[in-house]
Amino acid sequence: MNESPVFSVRDLNMHYSSNLALKDISMDIRPKRITAIIGPSGCGKSTLIRCFNRMNELIPAARVSGQVLYHGEDIYAPGVDPVVVRRHIGMVFQRPNPFPKSIYDNVAFGAKINGYKEDMDELVERSLRRAALWDEVKSKLKKSALDLSGGQQQRLCIARAIAVEPDVILMDEPASALDPIATVRIEDLMQELKQDYSIIIVTHNMQQAARVSDETAFLYTEVDEATSARWGILVEFGETGQIFTKPHDKRTEDYVSGRFG
Amino acid sequence: MSVVDRWPEGRVGPGVSLHDCRPARRRVWRNRRNTVLIVLATLFVLITVGMILVYIVLKGIQTMNWEFLTSSQPFSLRRSGGGFLNGLIGTAIMVGVAAVVSVPLGILGAVYLVEYGKGNWLAKLIRFFADVMTGVPSIFVGLFVYTAMVVNFGFSALMGAVALAIIMMPIVLRSTEEMLKLVPSELKDASYGLGAAKWQTVTKVIIPSAAPGITTGVMLAIARAAGETAPLLLTALGSIQLTAKLWGEPIQALSLAIFDGARNPFAAGQARAWAGALELIIIILVLTVLARVITSRSRLSR
Amino acid sequence: MQSAVNSSAPAPPVGGGRPSPGPGAWRRTGVGRWADPLFAILAALCGVLVLLVLAYMVISTTGTALPVFRSQGISFVTSTDWDPNQGQFGALAFIYGTIVTSAIALIIAVPLSIGVALFSTEYAPKRVRGLLTYAVDLLAAVPSVIYGLWGVFVLLPLFLQPVADFLAKYLGWIPIFKGPASGLSYFGAGIILAIMITPIITALTREVLATVPTADRHAAFALGATRWEMIRAAVLPRSRAGIVGATMLGLGRALGETIAVALLVGSVAKVDASVVRPGYSMAAVIANTFSEATGEHIRALVGIGVVLFVMTVIINMAARAIVWRFNRI
Repeated sequence: MNESPVFSVRDLNMHYSSNLALKDISMDIRPKRITAIIGPSGCGKSTLIRCFNRMNELIPAARVSGQVLYHGEDIYAPGVDPVVVRRHIGMVFQRPNPFPKSIYDNVAFGAKINGYKEDMDELVERSLRRAALWDEVKSKLKKSALDLSGGQQQRLCIARAIAVEPDVILMDEPASALDPIATVRIEDLMQELKQDYSIIIVTHNMQQAARVSDETAFLYTEVDEATSARWGILVEFGETGQIFTKPHDKRTEDYVSGRFG
Repeated sequence: MSVVDRWPEGRVGPGVSLHDCRPARRRVWRNRRNTVLIVLATLFVLITVGMILVYIVLKGIQTMNWEFLTSSQPFSLRRSGGGFLNGLIGTAIMVGVAAVVSVPLGILGAVYLVEYGKGNWLAKLIRFFADVMTGVPSIFVGLFVYTAMVVNFGFSALMGAVALAIIMMPIVLRSTEEMLKLVPSELKDASYGLGAAKWQTVTKVIIPSAAPGITTGVMLAIARAAGETAPLLLTALGSIQLTAKLWGEPIQALSLAIFDGARNPFAAGQARAWAGALELIIIILVLTVLARVITSRSRLSR
Repeated sequence: MQSAVNSSAPAPPVGGGRPSPGPGAWRRTGVGRWADPLFAILAALCGVLVLLVLAYMVISTTGTALPVFRSQGISFVTSTDWDPNQGQFGALAFIYGTIVTSAIALIIAVPLSIGVALFSTEYAPKRVRGLLTYAVDLLAAVPSVIYGLWGVFVLLPLFLQPVADFLAKYLGWIPIFKGPASGLSYFGAGIILAIMITPIITALTREVLATVPTADRHAAFALGATRWEMIRAAVLPRSRAGIVGATMLGLGRALGETIAVALLVGSVAKVDASVVRPGYSMAAVIANTFSEATGEHIRALVGIGVVLFVMTVIINMAARAIVWRFNRI
């Protein structure tokens, strides 16, 4: 069942003003899979994932060259509105960040601004169910989202992202601010979600990547000795099992066996 | 109903490309309109700042000369020439005396709040009412000094200084308190550990280490006092005489002289007012800039 | 300051070391003994001085004004009949003027200030932000008398009078714009007040907006929001209390502002429904008429000062309560 990839990254280079951050990244993200991006800290994992929904543009002096094809179309092509791109691609952040509104209004927010025409109550319920949060909050939808626990808030953020009906969900270290029990719930939720969504997750936790993902991309930092400039490169990309047990590249092997972090 | 119909702005799919999807016109328009409004508001404020500074400089420079800086107001306000030396001296005296009184009191009061009072009810009360005092209209302070003292002792520079001191003291107290709170406890521990008494730690370690910040606060308070007019109307009264007497007769202030000039129907008086305004604003700006330089310098040297 | 060693200490132990001090050696003697408590009391007194001065201010002024309060009764604040020569002291015209000019100032300054603050935190690149902050601080440093001077000789002919004429001519059928229009009016004083309180409201609002974490803004963008939608969803709701507090502090400043208003309000002790007509304010009448006043007239002016004080303190206390609560969240 080899469908065409959801994302095709071609020769992606990313700069912050004159500093190179990512160099020559090329990869294909297959649909309805969980793809993990791992690598040592500072190698550019978060930078890379933000290239998928043009969030890096919010940082001043950020420049992207190369292509990121979403269903075959370059999202960086002139004439493409980033607002439109972000509606199709959902994002969950490291720290849960619900808006200072009610639970209902949080989930409905994205749909409201994007002009959703149908029954909002039904959309909110459907999204909260998919995020495995409905039973816990169905009786207090009008209460403030900030009253929820950390794990609940993160699931709320997932529900909020799902409500605009994306087909991809980007997750930037979604469980790193949560306790172990909440983390397990998020990981279980991801397995359910992958039936309907393609998920790309950045994680610094190798065990999590091994547990959860179908495919893994290993990013690594290259250094220019002369100028001490650093940037991220894609070293290896493949089936998670293969990456962790029989990596092709020595650097990958060193990382997954814990020789450096 | 299909995904495409649920989302009126369009959804990427067979036959629909990213380029065909657009955010609703209303959203785009509202975003643009609000951006324009916000930019306009900023421009309006910037232009206003510019207009004020430009006019003060342009009009003030016409009359500002050595004669202005060194001579006093002419006895007939209609006459041209002369200057605001009487006001300058009066302001210097009153602000100086007010600072000499209010700064030590304010610093010591802040020491109490930070080192002795901490969270007790007295400290909370003092802090609260010091904040209240900073919001009291300055003319009310002038009224108080008038009713309590001027009726008995007459208008004088000292009365003006008292009013300014009352205005300055809570400002110095609160800003010093903020600075003292920043002194790291390791420094205090080191001092106590060497066997220093509390009063020695305060005077020789804590206050000196917070000195740059305290100085900044004091200079800002002085800049504020130099510009005060209303309380001086009721305490120093103002005068055309060139005098430096602290007591016994009314005295001019730079701000009072400008106020007179603003109400003066004669061109000469108005011209002097502009020069006086330029003089005053330069003094205030120098104080403010110096204050900020002191703060940033100290941070760098740390 | 160190302890005095007991002179009859035992002989030093073999091998060196200090003789151990006898009992009573750790107490300080001489100056050191009462320096600390004295210093503590001194510091406390300085702090208490604030309370004493404030209390004395209130007592002294109220005491001075009491005879007038007694003789006029409630009509002091309800009557517009202000005729010092006849002993009539109804201060309503001044209270009305203070409220109207401050209201005009707020209506103009608040949207302006929020706009500038939003531009600073949401739109401006770093360098522009610094320049903008500097410009706003400059506005805050200008003293009231210079605002008054500039207001009378620059703003009045260039802006206040033409705009007042315009309002009276085209909107004069609305009671609040009825002519004949004067630049020296509630409107004129209101405009200069607006300029004067903008720096305070802007600075505080900017501080409040800056506390919103960047991730919250990104959450809104990631859902496909435009910049304005993001501001409405992530930035403004959190900042509401702080903005209200900032506005009230600006109001407190506007109420007490004296010199600029005295020069631009028109100095007419009457209530007028039209904002483009001259009026008066509490602080302005004190400043303008004080030097010629005697006897009961002065007491009445002090009484006006007391009323002004009460109004300002209430607003400021409420503002600080709101800001304080906001900071705790």
